[in-house]
Amino acid sequence: MPRDVEARVLQNTRLSPDYNVITLAAPEIAAATRPGQFVMVRSSHGSDPLLRRPFSVFEIVRSGNRIEGLSLLSKRIGVTTRLLFDAVEGDVISCLGPLGRPFDPVSPPSEAWMVAGGVGLAPFATLTEALLERGAKTTLFYGARTGAELFYLDWFASRGVRLVLSTEDGSKGERGRVTLPLEQALRETSSEVMIYACGPERMLEAVSHVAGKFKTPAQVSVERVMGCGMGGCYSCVIPVREAGGRHHYVRSCLAGPVFTASDLVWDHE
Amino acid sequence: MDLSVEIGTLRLSNPLIAASGCYGYGVEYADAVDLSTLGAIASKGLFLAPREGHPPPRIVETPSGMLNAIGLQGIGVHRYIAEKLPELRRLGATNIVNICGSTLDEYVELARILSDAEGVHALEINISCPNIKEGGITFGCSMHGTFDVVSAVKKVTHLPVIPKLTPNVTDVASIAKAAEDAGADAVSLVNTFLAMAIDVETRRPKLSNIVGGLSGPAIRPIAVRMVYECRRTVKIPVIGMGGIASAVDALEFIIAGATAVQVGTANFVDPFIWSKLTAGIEDYMRRHGVRRIADLVGSVDTSTREKEWVSS
Repeated sequence: MPRDVEARVLQNTRLSPDYNVITLAAPEIAAATRPGQFVMVRSSHGSDPLLRRPFSVFEIVRSGNRIEGLSLLSKRIGVTTRLLFDAVEGDVISCLGPLGRPFDPVSPPSEAWMVAGGVGLAPFATLTEALLERGAKTTLFYGARTGAELFYLDWFASRGVRLVLSTEDGSKGERGRVTLPLEQALRETSSEVMIYACGPERMLEAVSHVAGKFKTPAQVSVERVMGCGMGGCYSCVIPVREAGGRHHYVRSCLAGPVFTASDLVWDHE
Repeated sequence: MDLSVEIGTLRLSNPLIAASGCYGYGVEYADAVDLSTLGAIASKGLFLAPREGHPPPRIVETPSGMLNAIGLQGIGVHRYIAEKLPELRRLGATNIVNICGSTLDEYVELARILSDAEGVHALEINISCPNIKEGGITFGCSMHGTFDVVSAVKKVTHLPVIPKLTPNVTDVASIAKAAEDAGADAVSLVNTFLAMAIDVETRRPKLSNIVGGLSGPAIRPIAVRMVYECRRTVKIPVIGMGGIASAVDALEFIIAGATAVQVGTANFVDPFIWSKLTAGIEDYMRRHGVRRIADLVGSVDTSTREKEWVSS
């Protein structure tokens, strides 16, 4: 059951001029969250902005064994993300969740390959913890525009996650898109692999294409313009395949945000 | 305190109704809300057959509001009866089923089918969706069209019939009057205002459908005025909606003349809004010594204001 929590901001760390990690005191939501689920955030109490915005839960924040809240990884692009960037400790932000269909974490002998583009890193901290619990060997393919926008590398490395980095400007890791090293690795591996991807839709489409080429299963987390997060408004739809080559719109808040990649119909097919 | 209201032969435990198109089929919210505590649920608009709706983007936020052009994606009346109604009955929901037709015959057929289904309490006749080309709003934009649809539906159903009116007309009260003359048990208004938003960087419309319907607090004062006008013109109950986001907003509509109110966009923001609205209304009734909410309906006091316009 989703809850609506008026959550206090416990901490707000600016990672760059655009990225921040904001920690919210919503332990009830955090305790119920599974990897890949999201919350609907409202950062105003008036009608501007009016609607909530969806955010993947980034970390479950603990103090010892006690769950204190959850954090969100945010990139400043619109009005809500600007308010989240500017928020200070003690501010109150309304947080509704957990919502949506989570990732399905694999167990050995299958390996987990996470593919993140930019702020699409967000669902992979909680997924990493679930994968480590199962003992799955885990790799993170992580791409960004520039090296200064690759975050939390120590967090993942210290947990034994193998990192494969790429940047569009070549300032860190391989130059180019994250799907290049992914494809290279798929060509070379003999292991059973499950791909998990989150990032811009063009990236998800490319990952899906590469996964299909190597007959590797993939779960992708999509982000569509979303009104309510509860299935009420039918705005966040995405086309899925149907028999006979047709497609059918499903609500990404209920049927997703995590989908089996091969079920989705992409823009450039 | 008595919060119950009557819409024709239908008695609602309270005047708060989830607005069509804003609450799925109701069952989506069953985990979060006890659906039997709502006055009623107006279902997502149903045609005879399933519909895919418009491609995304289907919504865009605007100042104190939002535009939508969903395009009436839906499962069709048969799947609604088979898959949704049993659960809604089990949960004790009061169901106002919203029906849409491309033709007059489709409205009649839908009304006939739903009149035989157990657990349907009223029909809301959608003659006001601004986002589809065929049927619907073409009826709702004229007195004749409204009269024809309502009288045809009335002939085949015992259920209360509530045409939902569009504000995209010159004189909504005359449309309400045509509905009343045709035998409507109530009217609900307003549907959304036809509107548009453009991304100036790309010069593209922000919605795939180019235009869409504006809802939310931005439209509230216009909707209140329209409810007031209809209340002065017809004797049947008026169900008011348009940007209600608080108990004060709901009371404003009731005092303007709404027997019941619908809440749409605000439910997107706060799915737990219902108990807050009820508490706020009860608090108001206590403070003002109002025992029955029905006594508040249309109680706006215009005596000290512009008499000329009011009595025109």
